[in-house]
Amino acid sequence: MIDFINFYLIPGITLGSIYALGAVGVSMIFGILRFAHFAHGDLMTVGAYAALTAVWVLGIPALAAIPFAIIVTCLAALLADRLFYRPLRDLPTIYTVIASFGVALILRSIVQTVWGTDSQVYMTGFQKPTIFFDTFRIATRHIQIILATAALTVALHYFLSRTRLGKSMRAVADDPDLAAVAGLDTERIIRWTWIIGAALAAIAGVFVGLDTDVHTNLGWNLLLPMFAAALLGGIGKPLGAIAGGLIIGIAEEACTYPFFGDTLIAPSYKSAVAFVIMVLILIYRPQGLFRGRLM
Amino acid sequence: MELPGIAFYIVAFLTMGGIYAILCLALNMQWGFGGLFNAGIAGFYAVGAYTAAILTSAGSSAHLGGFDLPIVVGLICAGIASGIVGWAIARICVRLKADYLAMASIGIAEIIRLAIVNEEWLTNGSLGISRIPRPLEAFYSGRAAEVVFVVFVWLIVAVTFLVARRLQQSPWGRVMRAIRDNEETAASIGKDVQRFRTETFVVGSVFMGVAGALSAHYFKFFSPDATEPLLITFLAWVMLIAGGSGNNLGAIAGALAIWAIWSLTEVVTQQLPPDWATRSSYIRMLLIGLLLQFVLQRFRSGLFPEKSPKLRISREK
Repeated sequence: MIDFINFYLIPGITLGSIYALGAVGVSMIFGILRFAHFAHGDLMTVGAYAALTAVWVLGIPALAAIPFAIIVTCLAALLADRLFYRPLRDLPTIYTVIASFGVALILRSIVQTVWGTDSQVYMTGFQKPTIFFDTFRIATRHIQIILATAALTVALHYFLSRTRLGKSMRAVADDPDLAAVAGLDTERIIRWTWIIGAALAAIAGVFVGLDTDVHTNLGWNLLLPMFAAALLGGIGKPLGAIAGGLIIGIAEEACTYPFFGDTLIAPSYKSAVAFVIMVLILIYRPQGLFRGRLM
Repeated sequence: MELPGIAFYIVAFLTMGGIYAILCLALNMQWGFGGLFNAGIAGFYAVGAYTAAILTSAGSSAHLGGFDLPIVVGLICAGIASGIVGWAIARICVRLKADYLAMASIGIAEIIRLAIVNEEWLTNGSLGISRIPRPLEAFYSGRAAEVVFVVFVWLIVAVTFLVARRLQQSPWGRVMRAIRDNEETAASIGKDVQRFRTETFVVGSVFMGVAGALSAHYFKFFSPDATEPLLITFLAWVMLIAGGSGNNLGAIAGALAIWAIWSLTEVVTQQLPPDWATRSSYIRMLLIGLLLQFVLQRFRSGLFPEKSPKLRISREK
């Protein structure tokens, strides 16, 4: 049992936190702009590399480089929206999906051209895990990621339920026509959707780098679990996306635990778990666990 | 370059261009006819390639098969295998907005990739399958064999084109366009929207599998690293939109035009200083990404815009 917590549950929650932060953006963009944003993973990659540059140039730890990552990623997202998504806004949203597919490729090839394709790490050397009550061994980076995600979740909840901007976002996600009739400035809300989505994606990207390493496919590889998490939580429900991310992260790790003497699935098929969950949700409950929008 | 060299280059260009033309025609069935977004083209392509490789390669102890079957049998089975995968995914997703199918198709491509890498008994894992035959190999060799193969590829392109044109002009094609342009209206006159969408997705998947099979025969070797999945998916999309989605001729023209641009960028980036040479493939990707954005915004109907076939209704007096 202790082994399960130390080596499966905690890494699962860590992985889930990363999915959760990415899925919030996917869910909000799908809810407000109404399209599946295929470049979201590559925004994470941009964030991770921006932080890497700050770590190299300024010699600061990765966590301190997060503000830098956020600024670069937000600029990338706003620029992509201005140049590539906004001109297509009056067309059926599927055209924007295609455009975002292209933006994913553009972002990644820029990263590959500028930083090369070798894997990088924020810091070298072994970190000693912290031991609690003589039984729980938790890596410092896992504690940092989980606590930061918890704090961000609380902040996000406060933002969506208490601030005027957050409430407007929920209004647009629920019913865009009604929101427009009520006089909400849709373009401003879209801008803030990008800023929040990209900021969280940047943080998630840095966390991936902290947890494993920084490489150019980092974000694209996480796209599937992030989509699954957003669907599981219900489209347009950011807090649902966080729950979805955690569920998928924990499920992926738990499936490789030998519960009955043998592992449920081979570890190499771990990333299939997200797909299975996505398929089940699409078949039985396409609106998600928390009654999101069904587009 | 001497003349035979140039001719040889053109044959190689036309071979890959033809394989992409089939892929593009297949994507046109899904997107152009049905408005269905497939982001996992490479997955269907791989299913076809591996099915053909296993069935037609000479016997091997490293993986399942090879059964040494005729190439035509391999092509048909490749199409069927890929069609079954397409059917499964379409069943789940066609009732939802196109974005959901887009997300799920990424997933299916990922699962297929995982299975290919991990199921070594079936696919020989990352080592891949070798000794995949080409048609009429016993009779031709060297450059003649290349010419035979390009003819073979373009025969399949012609078959695919005729099937696609027949489908488009048939009553079935009219229903597909109606569903794509206005789902509610089509449903209100009693058309089974989900059934039609599933059908068009499956037919498209079948031909994607055939394109994959042809590439396996062309390379004579297939492994997970033999192709860049995202590149295939992406190029097929750029080709179709640039050529004209909904237009079969446009799909072929787009495939050749974009494949020419893609091949030319290779020639251009080879001229770059050595420091940049390693990065040239990323710069090519960047250019093709920008080209897609340009086409989407300025050139959406493509080289050959969609034209609805003339109605041939016999008017009774």
